[in-house]
Amino acid sequence: MELRYSDADESFRAELRAWLDASLPALAPAPPREAWDERRKWDTDWQRRLFDAGYAGLHWPKEFGGRGASPTEQLIFYEETTRARAPYVGVNFVGTLHAGPTLIEEGTDEQKAAHLPKILRGDEVWCQGFSEPNAGSDLASLRTRAERDGDDYILNGQKIWCSFGHIADIGEFLVRTDPDAPKHKGISWLMLPMDTPGIEIRPIKTVLGSSEFSEVFLTDVRVPVANRVGAENDGWRVTNVTLKYERGTAFVSELVDSMRLCEDLARRPMEEPLAAELGHCIADFDALWALTKRNVSQSARGTTGAGAMVIKLAYTEARQRFGELCLRVLARNALHVDDNELVEERLRTLALTIAAGSSQIQRNIISERVLGLPREPR
Amino acid sequence: MDLELSDDQVALRDGIAAMLAARVPMERVRTGFDRELARELVDAGVFTLRRDGFSWADAVVVFEQLGRACAPGPLVDSSLFGDGRTACIVSDDAPVWIEHLEALDVLVVMRGDGFETVEPGAVTADPTSWPLDPATPIARATELPPGAPVALGPDVRSVLFAGAALTAGYQLGLADRLTELAVAYAKERVQFDRPIGSFQAIKHLCADMLVRTEIARAAVYAAGAHLDARDALPGVERSVNGAKLLAGEAAIANGKTATQVFGGMGYTWEVDVHLYLKRAWVLDTRFGSSDRHALELAQAARA
Repeated sequence: MELRYSDADESFRAELRAWLDASLPALAPAPPREAWDERRKWDTDWQRRLFDAGYAGLHWPKEFGGRGASPTEQLIFYEETTRARAPYVGVNFVGTLHAGPTLIEEGTDEQKAAHLPKILRGDEVWCQGFSEPNAGSDLASLRTRAERDGDDYILNGQKIWCSFGHIADIGEFLVRTDPDAPKHKGISWLMLPMDTPGIEIRPIKTVLGSSEFSEVFLTDVRVPVANRVGAENDGWRVTNVTLKYERGTAFVSELVDSMRLCEDLARRPMEEPLAAELGHCIADFDALWALTKRNVSQSARGTTGAGAMVIKLAYTEARQRFGELCLRVLARNALHVDDNELVEERLRTLALTIAAGSSQIQRNIISERVLGLPREPR
Repeated sequence: MDLELSDDQVALRDGIAAMLAARVPMERVRTGFDRELARELVDAGVFTLRRDGFSWADAVVVFEQLGRACAPGPLVDSSLFGDGRTACIVSDDAPVWIEHLEALDVLVVMRGDGFETVEPGAVTADPTSWPLDPATPIARATELPPGAPVALGPDVRSVLFAGAALTAGYQLGLADRLTELAVAYAKERVQFDRPIGSFQAIKHLCADMLVRTEIARAAVYAAGAHLDARDALPGVERSVNGAKLLAGEAAIANGKTATQVFGGMGYTWEVDVHLYLKRAWVLDTRFGSSDRHALELAQAARA
């Protein structure tokens, strides 16, 4: 065990810091939450700067235009960019962290050539069309139909929680290509250009008053069969291969931000019992930071442990305890959201224990896959 | 940066685990600490880890295994004393509760800004007839005789933080073993024609035990590694605060949860769970409670 970083990692950090110091002052201020066209431009401009500096596709293999950074370098990158208050991945999230890695693993050479360079340069924004009104935690029960018609599929159905749907160029969509097969076996993974006729997009207003989420209605939408990634009816497997490059670093930015907000809250007046709870939150985030380092250490050795399974559940619940503490410390100063980051964050983080596998689903997964407890009858 | 065990640490962990499995089974845990067990632990090097060149990170790995075995005795204190003698460290505030007085070679008293050694035979103390933890005998003294100054480290505070880190290692081991005990029972116990571990109400309890353990393990290993790198990396006290807080909570919460998973059997003397839970309660009173460490974290952040 060794907490100190290697000289090579420290010089990676120093170069990155120098680049951030030089680049960030040139950025325009972040656009308002509701100004989606400006936010798209702001986020994709940042992606282009990352590309020009050699930091785009940090975790992608070099042969596909990425940097091929080690897990420890990824940790340092997210730590330093968040500390410097650089733009977060934003609208580039689905493309750089999900769709791009999926294409690298499962796409044809043509599909890779058509999309990977654009994703890296910030020229193509992706959205995700996985969940449906009746397929949330039980995602594999999705019902959006794709019927074959010559060289096309014809799509009919409804998607929900489509991140960045209203500003995206293209989406990764899960559709049912065989309604008679068992539910995990009849799904395919498609690339859907969002300007295709028959797509109707309605933004969802969330507890924050706005959001990156949309509902997407598909009525007789024609997609070339050539847009399918992976084999027909093999989409469930394709979906599950996508996150393997980014093992261990998914919550680095969230944790760095959480620690900054703890320092902010610590400056506010509070009674001793609330201070003790703040002390507990600091311990939680420090431990999650140590767990992240453990997961990165394992990833660097090519192994994986229970820590990778528990961090999502543990972080999201710790963050909500902290959010609740913020409201109690602020008391009536928490009654406005404008210019009140701790309160806005309390609202935003309500989603953390629901999105990407709810806490209850996480507990099922941990108890069955890590602890080996018997499956429930399903 | 690497927070995984090195090959040497894996060998150290497996060696101490094998020794404990052979020498300290649960029947022996139930009979408690004695001179014979002390001798065996000295032979295994448990009380002289630092003198023998092991790092703090190595030491927390060893204490994790001691906790998994629920090994009885003044283990942390004797390791801090560090020359192979059995020791218990107490503060000089009456009443003084002394653990394992009968089996001590030396009693260490915190006085002023230093430590003093006191001859255990010179202490007048009443042993309790019913200690909370049956393997941790307790005696109560109202006054301690004068002692001779002794240095256990650069200063009292750094010794106490090292003790907190080793104790956290032990608490982590308690939490880890409690998770295993509960999960094994949940797989085997059948009700309503199914193993109770197939019910979400039970499996979610077990998942939470694992989560607490993994979080505590990360905190404890980081604290151990931080003690080794304390001159290069600031903030070692914060690391130890967090480790002791979270490992202490994990041990107690997992003890309570395991009792619940075992149902009526969890309330019996026969099942081992209560021995782990009672040890967890004892250790939360040593080297700063979880509550104390939470307050210290807050005070440092607000300073």
